[in-house]
Amino acid sequence: MASTPADLIDTLSGISLFADVGAAELNSIAHYVDERRFADGERIIRQGITGSAFSLILEGEASIRLDGKDYGTLGRGDFFGEVSVLLGVPPVADIVAARNLRCAIIAGPALEAFMLAHPTVMFRMLKAEARKLQRATSWRT
Amino acid sequence: MGSGPGGLQLSYSLARSGVPHAVISADPSAGGMFRRWPFFQRLLSWTKPFAPEERGSRYYERYDWNSLLGDEDRLRAIQPGLMDGTSYFPARAEMEENLATFAREAGLQVRYGCRWTGTRRDGQGFILETTDGEYRCRVPVFAFGMAEPWKPSIPGIEAVPHYADTRAPETYAGKRIFIIGKEVSAFELANGFLPWAKQIVLGSPRPVALSVVTKSLVGVRARYVQPYEDHILGGGVMLVNATIEEVTRTAEGYRVRTTRSDGGGPLVFEVDDVIATTGFTPPLGDLRTLGAQTSGRTHIPALTPLFESIGLPDAYMAGTVTQGAPGLKKHGMPGSSGAVHGHRYNARILARHLAQKYFGIDPARPQLKQDEVLPYLLAEVTRAPELWHQKSYLSRTILVDAARGIIDDGILPLQLFVDSDGPDGVAVAVEANPAGDIYPAVYVRKDNAVTEHLLPTDPLLDFSTAEHRKQLADALKPLGL
Repeated sequence: MASTPADLIDTLSGISLFADVGAAELNSIAHYVDERRFADGERIIRQGITGSAFSLILEGEASIRLDGKDYGTLGRGDFFGEVSVLLGVPPVADIVAARNLRCAIIAGPALEAFMLAHPTVMFRMLKAEARKLQRATSWRT
Repeated sequence: MGSGPGGLQLSYSLARSGVPHAVISADPSAGGMFRRWPFFQRLLSWTKPFAPEERGSRYYERYDWNSLLGDEDRLRAIQPGLMDGTSYFPARAEMEENLATFAREAGLQVRYGCRWTGTRRDGQGFILETTDGEYRCRVPVFAFGMAEPWKPSIPGIEAVPHYADTRAPETYAGKRIFIIGKEVSAFELANGFLPWAKQIVLGSPRPVALSVVTKSLVGVRARYVQPYEDHILGGGVMLVNATIEEVTRTAEGYRVRTTRSDGGGPLVFEVDDVIATTGFTPPLGDLRTLGAQTSGRTHIPALTPLFESIGLPDAYMAGTVTQGAPGLKKHGMPGSSGAVHGHRYNARILARHLAQKYFGIDPARPQLKQDEVLPYLLAEVTRAPELWHQKSYLSRTILVDAARGIIDDGILPLQLFVDSDGPDGVAVAVEANPAGDIYPAVYVRKDNAVTEHLLPTDPLLDFSTAEHRKQLADALKPLGL
């Protein structure tokens, strides 16, 4: 079933990115994001194509695809597209809807203002980025 | 289903494609929502009777956002011939006449006063239950518009009139009005109330966005910006970023309890009237119970790039609800599918798709000679109305096929080209960025890998310059064009 606003707030409240956010702020965030469902197989962001957005998975799964080959699966609470938006470069991989995908989306040009308006969310995003960096460099140790 | 611009355009385009179909509408005549709204009478979409392109030509459509698309001269550019010159925004009655004229002159057959009441699967097709009996069809297309008033679940909201129930403006004389919402319809009402209301408050969690600031159709359109200027000059209009917690009736009117979404704490308003400009939702009937997926608060149907329901295969949408197929939405900018000047082209594409997929009607596409490709694509990005109205959304697509040669595959959704495997080819679109630049974009598909080439803008929006020609030629080299 598609969401009602209350449903979206409930969904957001169960995602770790918003764990430090109070009810009023969460309500505000629910009005700020766009919600979208994707057909299985549909691409959300595209390797080498500019102008993409920040996406947070609310339900379902998506695949990371690079040059046609799958490199992993993303699920509820995972987010993607932020590197491309923050650095102003095209995404380096496709993200493809794998199963019943529903995302909260923040347009690229709106991401900076969103992060500055919600510093606790930005801090959680930063920790997630740090974990990605840690995983990417773990071969060194 | 539907006799607004979406249903009428699709019916015409299906007939041109040779697809047998029936059109039903709950309304008594053509016109859709324009028979009732906008409340303050004039549309937001313009038609320029005098434009840089010849009236009635394809390129003129760029300046006429309201006429439907016909192939015969008598069906082209109907809207400008019906306007009285007082505004380039047609009055509601002028728009309704525009649609009725198209339907009449095109000989469209619509069963009016016939309400859809239910839907069943029937083998490979559907049965539509209506007040006039059952219709059996292979493919239903729903062009029912964003027709039902929608209100969010706020305590007390049930006592608040919706935009659709707004009274005559003079009845708000000397009143304090709280408008829930800060989008176009909120500003339309506020603008209309300026000569009447004592005080106007517009409240919602999200800050106001203005189209002239977002440099897109996102936000309040310039036509209704006056209340914003009144606000910033301290004239009495208040814009409040706040969550609406509760609306209660009082002896004098209403009490609106809010919490500022910028962290400023609670604010309470005692007002005479409250109006919810919280939008409309499509009358989906039983489609969600049959599996149709929707997105967002107002349940916009989730659609594939060819306007097929996600979750309810073989059911399609036309008209304003085709915004449920958002395309690439580059830089967060939507296409124009929510308005006539966008979805009229979607209807043509849908008719072609239905004809091809379900009825085996697939006319040969025009062929191009190699030396025609470059000037043709440059002319398209400079003048094609489809590309200018549906930026980053529709594209002119050319295929390079070993058997058929260079084929003009027509105007198609850009997403379809970018995301689909297929013959080598090129799709060109017009795009815009948040800085307000408008420029051509070229997508080259070679061995099923797509590369993007963004061409420069031009101060006069002329994309047929020597520099554009050179950059396009470079982009096309991998295709041997």
